[in-house]
Amino acid sequence: MEHRVYSLPKKRMGELFGLISSSRQLFLPMEKGGQFQFSRVDEHTDLEGVSLDRLLTAGSAKELFFPQTQQIAAFRRRGKEIELTSAETLTSAFVAFGVRACDARSLEVLDRAFLGTPRDTMYEEKRSKGTVVTLACNEPEETCFCSVFSIDAASPKGDVETWIAGDTLYWRPGSEKGAELTQELDALLDPCSEEEPEGLIQLKQQIRSIIGKLPLGRLSLEQFRPEALQELFDDPAWQKLSEPCIGCGTCTFVCPTCQCFDIRDFDTGEGVQRFRCWDSCMYSDFTTMAHGNPRTSQVERFRQRFMHKLVYYPANHDGLYSCAGCGRCVSKCPNSMNMVKVMKTLGGAQHV
Amino acid sequence: MHNSSCTVKETARKILESGQAERLLGWEQDSSGYNHAPAVFKSAGELDRFIYDRFCGSNLSKLLARLREAEGRTAVLLKACDRESFNLLVREHRIDPEQVHRVDIECSGMVDIEKLRNKGIKGIREITESGDELHISTLYGEKRCRSEEVLLEKCLSCPAVSSADAFDAVGQMEERSSLERYEFWKEALSTCIRCNACRNSCPVCTCEQCIFDNPRSGTAGKASADFFEDQHFHLVRVFHAAGRCTDCGECTRVCPQGIPLYLLNRKVIKDINELYGELSLEDKELGKGALTSFSFQDAHPDIIRKRTGDQ
Repeated sequence: MEHRVYSLPKKRMGELFGLISSSRQLFLPMEKGGQFQFSRVDEHTDLEGVSLDRLLTAGSAKELFFPQTQQIAAFRRRGKEIELTSAETLTSAFVAFGVRACDARSLEVLDRAFLGTPRDTMYEEKRSKGTVVTLACNEPEETCFCSVFSIDAASPKGDVETWIAGDTLYWRPGSEKGAELTQELDALLDPCSEEEPEGLIQLKQQIRSIIGKLPLGRLSLEQFRPEALQELFDDPAWQKLSEPCIGCGTCTFVCPTCQCFDIRDFDTGEGVQRFRCWDSCMYSDFTTMAHGNPRTSQVERFRQRFMHKLVYYPANHDGLYSCAGCGRCVSKCPNSMNMVKVMKTLGGAQHV
Repeated sequence: MHNSSCTVKETARKILESGQAERLLGWEQDSSGYNHAPAVFKSAGELDRFIYDRFCGSNLSKLLARLREAEGRTAVLLKACDRESFNLLVREHRIDPEQVHRVDIECSGMVDIEKLRNKGIKGIREITESGDELHISTLYGEKRCRSEEVLLEKCLSCPAVSSADAFDAVGQMEERSSLERYEFWKEALSTCIRCNACRNSCPVCTCEQCIFDNPRSGTAGKASADFFEDQHFHLVRVFHAAGRCTDCGECTRVCPQGIPLYLLNRKVIKDINELYGELSLEDKELGKGALTSFSFQDAHPDIIRKRTGDQ
């Protein structure tokens, strides 16, 4: 279904945020302690902190659908009885505004993991209540490589797609959910007469021309096929690639597609609070079972992460890669090892 | 910096060619021009990928400790800020000095790429240096920036680079009330994602198994059930590193959330300096640290209450 384009003067975006947050929770990329994060805004929030110019938030939009920590249940001992309370709370309808194309694609990756069989009800709840409003990337960074995964940052798929072209915000619903939100904002959004306004066409061209010049835009995926699984697994290059890895979880926690979690009990003194939290395949106790840990060395853990993104996941999901080229691992790894270096080395090029 | 870069590479070449070491721990150039990773070079032939420039902030002594099982000698390049942690690791028997060829290298400060980005510089293609200015060629035009404005936090108090007092910020923090300090840390630590980058890059953290990774410790945490746990993690780390932390600045450099962890470490260092005399790891024997030896002249524990002024 083709939806029409709406426009709003950029200077009235504050009103738009006000109207959205009057009926739903609204999350925007905001500066907090010098870092950019998706944060909840309401009528008391100073919109000065909203940052739509900065390309990426430190953590991804994944956090809104799959938070780092989620309470599951609480157990409390009362004499000989154990009282059990479900901690699952219902999510209010919310809007994530300013989601970049890479983060939006990542939700598709998470959907396949969480909404298959068995269904993850906690994720499903958040996913069904959340409306994703994407924002085109006017100024991509040198760390970006989303185009490698056929993601178009000039036209970012979402429930609503938006663009900021000069003084105008363009708005186009991309799903039923997005159309519903658009209706609620009827008082502000102005339908454009053209199918695609001139300003929008120009902006898209401009973005695509920058994407064409990105230094990491031509990485090859050719080598990363399910048939090459064994060959890639056995590649001696993993040893050298994993040398700088210190086994922290930074890459996994800033990654928009990393989806592994652990379930833990927090001792409250009178019982336990059971919660789930992100886990990292880089950690020594990841997937530890009764017999011990299946991956005892850092090189195995390191290989697992990249094989999962580039080979195992696409093999199981119709060729969809579990990387969206957001570049967070490129800019955040303490020792500058990342997806790009792995792809260059295993794809046949030395990673200099 | 450019001269020093060539000299360092030449030194590295001589070490590998002469067989003074089997391997050399240095940095490998990245095509981005700044994202250089620590790397092991096994022959002079591999050195065409070697780099030493403004973007080699990582402390190699921690990685050196991981190579202690390797056969033969390892050469390591140490910037001024890395040397104290090297000494600590030697003192704690994590590095065998007999197996190491230590090379002290000059440094005029390392650039923090995040600080460049925070100045609104995007799409970096190439960074060159002329005088005290960085010339940054980007996808969005040419930019300039004074290098001293974008140095890593740890460089700002390095005597070779700056005349600033490392403890100024700690002093300012001490002037706040305990409630204000609590609010500050509550806010700062609330962004912690427990990725363990601070711990895993820390030269002091060389425990075979950290208490936070031990499922039987009751404190193993991959995330926090509540704010108390974030505090717990960082405060335990600071106290464990007390008297051993050399302020190498790695924890602050690597934190993906930009948490000013150096403030915690420097507070402890400042207190130790004031109560036990200037912290130095160079000459001290194992077990003779401020917190690992006892004398009757030591400060009485109630000094904490007296010093904070809070009852």
